[in-house]
Amino acid sequence: MAQVTSPAAMNFDNVRRQGPLHRVLSSQITYVLAALAILMVIMALASDKFLTERNLQNVAQNFSYIAIAALGQTLVIILAGIDLSVGSVMALGAVATSLAMEWSQDWGLFVDWPGLALIFAVLAGVAVGGLVGLVNGVLIARLGLSPFVTTLGMLSVCRSLVYVITQGRGSPTFGPAKDLFRALGNDPILGGLPPSLIYMAALAVMIWFLLRHMQWGRHVFAIGGNEKAAALTGVPVERVKISVYVFCSALAGFTGVLLLAWLGSAPANTAVGYELRVIAASVIGGANLTGGLGGPLGAVTGSALIEVIRNGLILGGVQPYWQDFFVGVFIILAVLLDRIRSRRAG
Amino acid sequence: MVARFHQFAVSLIIRQKQFALRRAFFHSFARNEAGTTGAREERSGMALLELRDIAKHFGAIHALTGVSWSIEPGEVVGLMGDNGAGKSTLVKVMAGNFPPTSGEMLLEGKPVHFHKPVDAREAGIEVVYQDLALADNLTAAANVFLGRELKTGVWPLRRLDHGAMNRKAQELFAELKSETRAGDLVRLMSGGQRQAVAIARTRLSNAKLILMDEPTAAISVRQVHEVLELIRRLRDGGIAVILISHRMPDVFEVCDRVIVMRRGRKVADKRIADSSPEEVTGLITGALEAA
Repeated sequence: MAQVTSPAAMNFDNVRRQGPLHRVLSSQITYVLAALAILMVIMALASDKFLTERNLQNVAQNFSYIAIAALGQTLVIILAGIDLSVGSVMALGAVATSLAMEWSQDWGLFVDWPGLALIFAVLAGVAVGGLVGLVNGVLIARLGLSPFVTTLGMLSVCRSLVYVITQGRGSPTFGPAKDLFRALGNDPILGGLPPSLIYMAALAVMIWFLLRHMQWGRHVFAIGGNEKAAALTGVPVERVKISVYVFCSALAGFTGVLLLAWLGSAPANTAVGYELRVIAASVIGGANLTGGLGGPLGAVTGSALIEVIRNGLILGGVQPYWQDFFVGVFIILAVLLDRIRSRRAG
Repeated sequence: MVARFHQFAVSLIIRQKQFALRRAFFHSFARNEAGTTGAREERSGMALLELRDIAKHFGAIHALTGVSWSIEPGEVVGLMGDNGAGKSTLVKVMAGNFPPTSGEMLLEGKPVHFHKPVDAREAGIEVVYQDLALADNLTAAANVFLGRELKTGVWPLRRLDHGAMNRKAQELFAELKSETRAGDLVRLMSGGQRQAVAIARTRLSNAKLILMDEPTAAISVRQVHEVLELIRRLRDGGIAVILISHRMPDVFEVCDRVIVMRRGRKVADKRIADSSPEEVTGLITGALEAA
């Protein structure tokens, strides 16, 4: 029989504490990091090529492209949204940068100061991405359209624009900033690290700070957890949502710029299908599509896992057609793991 | 304990009766009168919140008609009525979700006009929503401060002050005598603790009036006791509480006064001491015209 207890004697034995150890063990990143470590050990043992500097650089460079886009995607997924347009936006960003370089190649100021030309070109790619994100954000946050359908449409729109602008041809780098652009996108720095990895790390730390220590990040999590509650407590839901879509697309645009720097020319089919790898990386890293969960470390770890799997299959001489098979298996495993954990957590 | 159980049993029986009464009511096509011959006492001093002739129309639907009443500081008023009686609309008018079609609201004697919930909050009216409006994925402290986070440092590194928010939230929980811990995730909390988080949120500002929408609808008997205890503590602190509830025992245990709504009108405004669950039930269903 329940007793009418005095207020001071009320106890809450039905509430479980979540200690630091429990928190670590119940985190998806812990498992994905463990899987990544195990996989790398196996590959180091199985192939003497895996731990060579050249190969590790290659893996680091490849995965950082996906990871940068996955950082933005993770923000959108935390909001309980999704952005399918990132692959096309990468291509559009690359093309915009290429066009900006071509357009400004004769400007006297830029000829004298290639650094300015570079900044102009990079900003063009990022800004075009941001503009696409703004359209996505306004349609989704203000008009209440479904993120899936809106960004699916935008995937098609942006890819088509890329083909229209380039007439299906590649768009190369131009002008005074060409060499600097190539160097900043490719030449290893700080003792052999690919620059894209450094950009990724800087962006990941920035996003971690934004999410954990800024009001904006708190609001992103709140909207993902309970959008109605966020609105009732005075969170500017619309503004935060739009800013997240802008951020995600701008990062995709930046990834496109990096791809252009890497390849020297962006073909019209640049990054076709990358949206799936980006979303896969976020989901493997623990971002939950129902919203409210995820983080930059997860996005980076997820991307790394996918790339290590791909690399392992290549080194192992497995037919490249098998790659997506294994990536797909890992996506399903990640979701399964998430399910098992949440069931245990009740 | 026995008395509480008895009250609860009575309310169950009453609820069964309601269906029969309601059917009788609908078949009678009785027009109810606006007359509110309630035993409202005219007290000295200024009312905390006074509603004068509030009406709210949604197109042809008259959700509220001629609702007038007032509440004093430190008073706990039960707001009762069947589904569709206009309780929620009235709460939303007071909470600033939408303005009334006509009528006046006076807060401490001054007319107020709310256009959005933040307006009402700034004026000192806080709401505890039925679903509590909590984000499960955040900690108790994060929920308490949601939308009014404490910050430290200078722009552009104006960051969240986690330490201060946790400390302040912990103080509020201690004040409410709840053992909720500031750092715990709301997802892992009991119904009573969630309720404490939602109430702690109202204590951040200098709230004068707290509207509680069905705070005891979906929690266990022990947690109900906990919530009613919280309401008493708010009252002891001089805060007025409007308790919207379907649960007769709760209203009779904690409220000073009960206001009954029916079909968008106030049909009764009585001191709890002068009323009975049976009478209130009759008023809710329309078996009694007014009291």
